[in-house]
Amino acid sequence: MAKFMSLHDAISTYVKDGDTVALEGFTHLIPFAAGHEIIRQQKKDLTLVRMTPDLIYDQMIGMGCASKLIFSWGGNPGVGSLHRLRDALEHNWPHSLETIEHSHAAMANAYEAGAAGLPLAVLRGYQGSELPKINPYIRSITCPFTGEELAAIPSIRVDVGIVHAQKADRQGNVLIEGIVGVQKEVVLGAKHAIVTVEEIVDDLNNHPNATVLPAWVIDAVVEAPRGAYPSYAYGYYERDNSFYKEWDAIARDREAFLAWINDNVLNVQG
Amino acid sequence: MTATYTPSEMMTVTAARSLPNGAVCFVGIGLPSEAANLARLTHAPDVVLIYESGTIQTKPNVLPLSIGDGELCETALTTVSVPEMFRYWLQGGKVDVGFLGAAQVDRFGNLNTTVIGPYDAPKTRLPGGGGAPEIATSSKEVFITLKHSKRTFVDNPDFVTSVGYGRDGKAREKYKVIGKGPTRVITDLCIMAPEEGTNELIVTSIHPGVSREQIIEATGWAIRFADSVAETAEPSEQELSILRELKARTAAFHAASGA
Repeated sequence: MAKFMSLHDAISTYVKDGDTVALEGFTHLIPFAAGHEIIRQQKKDLTLVRMTPDLIYDQMIGMGCASKLIFSWGGNPGVGSLHRLRDALEHNWPHSLETIEHSHAAMANAYEAGAAGLPLAVLRGYQGSELPKINPYIRSITCPFTGEELAAIPSIRVDVGIVHAQKADRQGNVLIEGIVGVQKEVVLGAKHAIVTVEEIVDDLNNHPNATVLPAWVIDAVVEAPRGAYPSYAYGYYERDNSFYKEWDAIARDREAFLAWINDNVLNVQG
Repeated sequence: MTATYTPSEMMTVTAARSLPNGAVCFVGIGLPSEAANLARLTHAPDVVLIYESGTIQTKPNVLPLSIGDGELCETALTTVSVPEMFRYWLQGGKVDVGFLGAAQVDRFGNLNTTVIGPYDAPKTRLPGGGGAPEIATSSKEVFITLKHSKRTFVDNPDFVTSVGYGRDGKAREKYKVIGKGPTRVITDLCIMAPEEGTNELIVTSIHPGVSREQIIEATGWAIRFADSVAETAEPSEQELSILRELKARTAAFHAASGA
């Protein structure tokens, strides 16, 4: 059953060095506040899983939190490169980073298979792509009914799944609205789940088919207003596209990056 | 009457005209998104635009910077989860046209968005596949749009992220269930299409004022021309003004966002 916790306590209780951790949110509701707390607590040797590493993993990779990255699209959307990710892959800074690279379709299927308790995901994917040549986890399986050869990849079941959402009620049930990405799948496939929310309310006031995560599939609920900034929270604030553009210059330069982290993450209370 | 326009505008307008009204189009971010929305605002008001963030039948008033901007969700008919998007809507065969950009394309319409140089020791690490590997295979057909240069139109790319017709032009023959593949490539110089029989991209239409030499010079392999090469129709005043208004609205919106 979900406990209401501070961000500090939720991260220190559930995220251990060496864990496999997914902070998800497809462009929308990216859990930046939680990622910054992981940086402040100097977690190490994490396997980070995310379809789009985005700025949050650029920051965590640049601060040396990760030894491995499982991902499917590692750019700054609409802007260009993630320079900290590139520096890790091209120059091993601050240290080397192992990668396991997929397509979006494969990762989305793998999260869904994880939520469904299956060991693998099966999809009609990677036809003609050379990704299977560099990722040994992309295999094939033959349909026993039609003989069609399909792609098979391991399901994603992480140690800690972290997502951001709009609201929790006072029992810890959570409502997610707008672009819901793979948040539900991450939480249901995780050993432990942390959900940060914009606000805690008396009543979720949701429609019957809304995306609601019951309190009993969540370990920690954390109130973290603007916890998805500079991504966005539908109904609360917009994506700061200007910051996404500014990040390009900040992240290009190691010193500028470290200064930004110092001013905006390390010297900020979680 | 001849309007004044840039090569980029020519490319976007030509790419937009490729989309038939009523088509269901899975839209890549950047140039494809610009072209698909121009189509919706001009000759194809009933085109259905789908973005991989889960937004279905979206009608953005401004172009999104990211594939998951709030604008896409707020103007969509409905928004589904990302697994549902890829499983039911794309893999399930609901998409007529996959509209893609790329860092590099080769003579068989294969796309590289992964790496320049060796995979394990990259010279330039590119963002990766994203939705493209399966958009390229599960859409009924694929349109590709990108600027024409020797850096983008390459011979023997270091990586094939998303298949066109494979490195031998025959990759699609191996698969029981797969879309037609790239049927059209639109650049700022010309339109290309796969040659019947070989699947090699050949020039089928040249934009006004562009020479064959320019195209040969900007292509990283010995590009061939169709027996009968058309001249691409110029953008109309109406297309240009709608495109320019869209881009101005977009610039103003993104400059003010995040407040």
